[in-house]
Amino acid sequence: MTLRRRFSDALYVRPLFLLLLLLIPPLLWLGIIYLGSLFNLMLYSFYSLNDFTGQVEYRFSLSAFQQLFSSPANVDIVLRTTGMALVVTLACIGIGFPTAYYIAFYTKGSARTFWYLMVLLPLWSSYLIKVYAWRLILAGEGVISWFFNLLGLGWLLQGILSVPVIGGSSLSNSYLGMFLVFTYIWLPYMILPIIAALERVPKSLIQASSDLGARPGQTFRRVIWPLAIPGVAAGSIFTFSLTLGDYIIPQVVGQPGFFIGQMVFIQQGTAGNLPLAAAFSVVPVVIIAIYLLIVRRLGAFNAL
Amino acid sequence: MPNKPSLGLRIAFYIGMLFLHFPIVIIVLYALTTEDRTYQFPPPGLTLRWFGEAFQRQDMWAALWLSLQVAAMATGIALVLGTMVSAAIYRFQFLGKDFITVLLILPIALPGILTGIALLTTFKRLALEPGFWTIVIGHATFCIVTVYNNVVARFRRTGYSQIEASMDLGADWFTTWRRVVLPSIATALLAGGMLSFALSFDEVIVTTFTAADQKTLPIWFLNELFRPRERPITNVVAVFVMLITFLPIVWAQWLTRDTDDLHGGGKTG
Repeated sequence: MTLRRRFSDALYVRPLFLLLLLLIPPLLWLGIIYLGSLFNLMLYSFYSLNDFTGQVEYRFSLSAFQQLFSSPANVDIVLRTTGMALVVTLACIGIGFPTAYYIAFYTKGSARTFWYLMVLLPLWSSYLIKVYAWRLILAGEGVISWFFNLLGLGWLLQGILSVPVIGGSSLSNSYLGMFLVFTYIWLPYMILPIIAALERVPKSLIQASSDLGARPGQTFRRVIWPLAIPGVAAGSIFTFSLTLGDYIIPQVVGQPGFFIGQMVFIQQGTAGNLPLAAAFSVVPVVIIAIYLLIVRRLGAFNAL
Repeated sequence: MPNKPSLGLRIAFYIGMLFLHFPIVIIVLYALTTEDRTYQFPPPGLTLRWFGEAFQRQDMWAALWLSLQVAAMATGIALVLGTMVSAAIYRFQFLGKDFITVLLILPIALPGILTGIALLTTFKRLALEPGFWTIVIGHATFCIVTVYNNVVARFRRTGYSQIEASMDLGADWFTTWRRVVLPSIATALLAGGMLSFALSFDEVIVTTFTAADQKTLPIWFLNELFRPRERPITNVVAVFVMLITFLPIVWAQWLTRDTDDLHGGGKTG
């Protein structure tokens, strides 16, 4: 019997051997490189920076977290980022739901494939290019200003931009503009899971509901929406978590106020303070964990 | 439910779709403008000269070449590891299976910045010099799940009986793999591979942490965003990049048509 045959038979007779052979390389990669790195990141957040040498001291210390929470500016950053993530998530639900609803219930066959692809393509086209496109659109001399002026509504745009907090010198220098970009970039992540959830709603349930005398609005509220919630929840986890971690969009569009992701990037880069960067990067994880708990408390996962 | 969508829903749907695609039209339009300093709309004139100028930029070609190499290498690793793990998940019941599926999704479920900074701290601690291989390690980590999603879906639709039949007829594991398993998952591999290639080719967040001074095409693009002049060159490259990533995705969709295999949800920011 050849060696190859013996080896092959051994795999067949001892499935455990085959399982280990299949599982060990991917587990080594994900377990050691990825989880190991995350663990190392956690460790770093408990290290400190030596003030004299600027080197990382590999000893347990809470100084990074102390630094993080003792500065009101940092607390502002956390609140600002979380607030943005919430508003963006709501807007994505508002725009994404009707779009998903239309695709799930009113398209079929090749038209459905087409529209599905039309959601998939913006998702897959380069993230940076999409952000850049918005810089062009939102610029003071860009297409939105042009459109408002064309309609003779330039004063309205100026009025919106003069509102404190959301306004700015132009849309590309305002939180309103940043909000539009975030909403745009993460929208497909909301649409796709909602389509998936709505596709699973049995048509017979909808028929039964109307046979029993429910008006379309009632059917929507009492039958379709509850069944769509898991999809909305899944989408919102994406939009919320992606907004929390992003640091490119606030850099390209918007006001000078920092976001969590930017702080992580600056602390590890120019500031060279890896422990503080690590501590900052723990913040979104904690916020996402809290968010998941709240979403679960709302019953979104019961239907999964 | 009414058989026809209401007018309001129809309008909301088309506004949603317009919102999704309008920026892409703008990118193409601004690649043709004669104005190279401001973002003036409408463009004062149209020209094709930026295409010529973009293709003469050596730094752009270098960045493109690096990106293609990284994407090919990361996809190769992801194909091997992703296929192995999906075979194990499909074939066996074992303790910790749920843990592994969570572990697979984690790199795309957590913000990319976390993966980036985690890898960076580890490379620092191990005194690894950032460069080509550190970029590949980062990319392969989040590409595995894309391959896994596509391949495991295909495995679930092809029964295990075919493999048993092949073995019963005297084929060994190698022959069975080559003659039975591989042909049945080939298009899923191709689709997963192309998606992960597109994913890696476009990735910027993790890469900024793992690349040091190496410039992949997205990093080149990011630097270019803050250049005051010759701005339409950026747009030309953008159009070019969109074509490079669109074609594999449309192709992947076509390969897995009539099935629910294509998992576009593997993309992250």
